[in-house]
Amino acid sequence: MSLPSVLKSAWAKPVVHLLCLAPLLFLIGSAFADALGANPVEKLTHESGQWTLRLLLVTLALSPLRQWTGTAAWIRFRRMVGLYTYFYCCCHFAIWFIADHSLDLGDMLEDVIKRPYITLGFSAFVLLLPLAITSNQAMIRRLGRNWKALHQLVYAILLLAVLHFLWLVKADYLEPTIYAIIGVVLLLHRVGPMKRFNLKSFTAAR
Amino acid sequence: MIKIKKRWEIPEAEVTPELLYRRRREFIKAAGVIGGAVLLNPLATVQASYAVDGYQENSISLDEEITDEEDATSYNNFYEFGTGKEDPKKNSQRFRTDDWTIEVNGHCDKPGTYSLEDLLRPHALEERIYRLRCVEAWSMVIPWIGVPLGSILKTMQPTSAARYVAFKTLHDPVRMPGQQRSVVPWPYREGLTMAEAMHPLTLISVGMYGKTMPNQNGAPIRLVVPWKYGFKSIKSIVSIEFVEEQPKTSWNMILPNEYGFYSNVNPEVDHPRWSQQKERRIGDIFKRDTLMFNGYAEEVAELYSGLDLKVNF
Repeated sequence: MSLPSVLKSAWAKPVVHLLCLAPLLFLIGSAFADALGANPVEKLTHESGQWTLRLLLVTLALSPLRQWTGTAAWIRFRRMVGLYTYFYCCCHFAIWFIADHSLDLGDMLEDVIKRPYITLGFSAFVLLLPLAITSNQAMIRRLGRNWKALHQLVYAILLLAVLHFLWLVKADYLEPTIYAIIGVVLLLHRVGPMKRFNLKSFTAAR
Repeated sequence: MIKIKKRWEIPEAEVTPELLYRRRREFIKAAGVIGGAVLLNPLATVQASYAVDGYQENSISLDEEITDEEDATSYNNFYEFGTGKEDPKKNSQRFRTDDWTIEVNGHCDKPGTYSLEDLLRPHALEERIYRLRCVEAWSMVIPWIGVPLGSILKTMQPTSAARYVAFKTLHDPVRMPGQQRSVVPWPYREGLTMAEAMHPLTLISVGMYGKTMPNQNGAPIRLVVPWKYGFKSIKSIVSIEFVEEQPKTSWNMILPNEYGFYSNVNPEVDHPRWSQQKERRIGDIFKRDTLMFNGYAEEVAELYSGLDLKVNF
């Protein structure tokens, strides 16, 4: 079976749904099994934040994947993965708002204003909302050319999210640095000479 | 709230009854040579902490719920065994502390290499229940077993030139795999002023929850300074030095504007990146207010009278 036919097969989307839901199901299972460790709130906050960033990177990797593998079918999953990104981001925000700020809006906003790393994270969360709202076919049609311009916001969101992570780390920068490097590669792909790079021409050249 | 039985209020006989004394010797041996289990089963390489007695229970107690032992021994900041909270437990099981010694140097009349038994033998072990407040805004309540640091330091006879005490953790990247990455400039360093070191609340601890010190919590011997952020309570100590100048301390070396030498728990002085007003007690979902000097203001505030705590954070 060729790659395009795998990506276009009837079960491709259900599998991607399942993959995107796996972290959530795993965390819910862990919660019921009392396996979230000594600080479950921190665990859930970190996990939901990390999965937001990972799925954001996956979303942004689909278009380069189209380029590199020479098949457009990857794009079928972009909206879905993007919306899961937003879903994990909402979980991340909700856990923090509930457990750290006891749903006190003033208390929460004070933190947003006072703490730069939270300012960045909160901005990313707010900027994701218009992208999520305008992700359906009707909105794409209605916005026309503006849709693309609006969705360029995702690059700013990626930058905010990576900085948010880097800024809150105490001393071990390994994980956020890995995400930053992947992010840079994905962004470079969109501006630089990598834009024309694809695996087929690469192997053909050999 | 805190019921401190002042040491001078405890009659001499009560401090070291004969039975307690004999059992204490066993505890010290256990803390130093945990190879007992290995002698019985030469295939066993895992160093487990195990129950001991011979200490005075509840020498200082606290009207707060003690943190679940499983939580206190599986959620640790001990970068020598990895930077994740669960890493120390996972990566320290094979760590062995047999024949542990501590180098004592600097301005004192009794420098030298001390074994754990040398250090602890002259003193009565006490159980003290203290709050532990991490700089990351979480906290625990832990029943430590140990000896006031001051009693131990006195036997080393510091001279008047000694103004600070500097501590170092073991540096051995083979036994402490976390040291293979230079997240922190190894060895881990901490320090106290003489007044802080001699304060009766400052404890040298060799056990917790009625057992010898688990590896992930700083076996075999660590510091416990309950009114300071947890990172001041240095683990697996191999060096004590009496010095004139304020010693370098690890977190201060990495990020001097975030972690000061004093690092007293203070809800009024925020960490530059996050608030220190509240903390999450492990076991709770919502946060509670952080107390000045972690609730030990009555005992220690006088150490800092006249000091601007916003500058000397």
